[in-house]
Amino acid sequence: MNAERAAISLTVNNVRHDATVEPRELLVYFLRDRLGLTGTHVGCDTSQCGACTIHLNGRAVKSCTILAVQANGAEITTIEGLARGDELHPVQEGFRQKHGLQCGYCTPGMIMSSVYLLKTNPNPSAEEIKHALDGNLCRCTGYVNIVESVKWAAERMRGGQKAEGGDVSR
Amino acid sequence: MFPASFGYVAARSVDEALELLAKHGEDAKLLAGGHSLIPAMKLRLASPQTLIDIGTVQGLRGVRVDSDALTIGALTVHADIAHSDLVRQRVPALAAAAGVIGDVQVRNRGTIGGSCAHADPAADFPVVLTALNASFVAVSSSGKRTIAVDDFFVDFYTTALGQNEILTEIRVPLPPSDAGTAYHKLANPASGYVVVSSGALVRRDGSGKCIDARVAIGGLGGKPFRPAATEAALRGKSLTPEAIADAAAKAADGSDPDDEIYASADYKRHVATVLTRRALAQASGFKIETSHPQNQR
Repeated sequence: MNAERAAISLTVNNVRHDATVEPRELLVYFLRDRLGLTGTHVGCDTSQCGACTIHLNGRAVKSCTILAVQANGAEITTIEGLARGDELHPVQEGFRQKHGLQCGYCTPGMIMSSVYLLKTNPNPSAEEIKHALDGNLCRCTGYVNIVESVKWAAERMRGGQKAEGGDVSR
Repeated sequence: MFPASFGYVAARSVDEALELLAKHGEDAKLLAGGHSLIPAMKLRLASPQTLIDIGTVQGLRGVRVDSDALTIGALTVHADIAHSDLVRQRVPALAAAAGVIGDVQVRNRGTIGGSCAHADPAADFPVVLTALNASFVAVSSSGKRTIAVDDFFVDFYTTALGQNEILTEIRVPLPPSDAGTAYHKLANPASGYVVVSSGALVRRDGSGKCIDARVAIGGLGGKPFRPAATEAALRGKSLTPEAIADAAAKAADGSDPDDEIYASADYKRHVATVLTRRALAQASGFKIETSHPQNQR
């Protein structure tokens, strides 16, 4: 099978999609332009800024540096797949509560990386959060509140009562 | 940015990938995690006619102990090496190097085989694998051969791999119980790539004397640099901080790094001595203080 176009089948936010793609089509453009999931952003387009971060088979990856054909058979979660109806994911709620965004461009990627962090480390230190977000750049430089947002979310996800709109960050 | 158009074919086995390589010849490139090749293709620095995806090949992923060596499948991603208890316990320098490549997302996707085959002079694995005296298993239609690390990395982006060969495994000899390993890196703060890095493997006897030392330094040329003067200065010596510092001071002797916009040649030579001192000291069992957070992970 060495074709100009390739058939792929993948699951995005629990919905199965079958499509035919050009081999050079990048996964981020497939998600945005073909599936209309424009929450995943294209920032630097050189795998540095992390605005295009998604989860592929459970791992945070940069979708600007993956071909759509490489995602054949994969399970993908994008920022649109986090909320349950009107109920935001705790990390999304954390960014809202702690003012973790200014222009918002980097936010979907920041949130996807933060959700990934909290899967394996439910109680990260500020230092650990910074390392985990090493691959996500915020040009507004709102890093302080981003770290606070992730801490807030971690506390909420651990079931901490103090997280209820209050200041649990320190 | 889009790569130039290419044909794509996913291989299901090494044999199938070899057949495809033979069929498509020089115009084809192997695709593993794609974290070196796809950026190069987007920038049109590489425009292969055909990509042969080996990311779909089973059995080339994972770390295991194979008699006296750690055997790492070429498709093993950096994160799985960094987080492997086996690697962390037996070859800590390798876990340390894997853990400071790029960032979290890159480590989740980039593969050790891809990084080694790409042979970027600013990559981490070539350096640490040189220090650890690794070897590389390459398969072709005519069979299998093992390439020693000192022969594998040839120059900038150049390895001993032939066009008809596929790198399937990296073998890292398990350091004996009297040995220590360490890897220290000064990363470019923007790209995360190596400005200078140093890996060390030190063996010592019961009295604290150095039986053998193997050092590799990245950032000083097109391939990892072995500082012969440093290695020779340590053999047979007591591993005191002074002896280590004296040996490390020779770390850049005989190297000829280029000036870069982010680091002059003199600066790189100096950093090589500092990082080599730290790597040797840590591999000799001393506690290391470093202000560089990437080295503390």
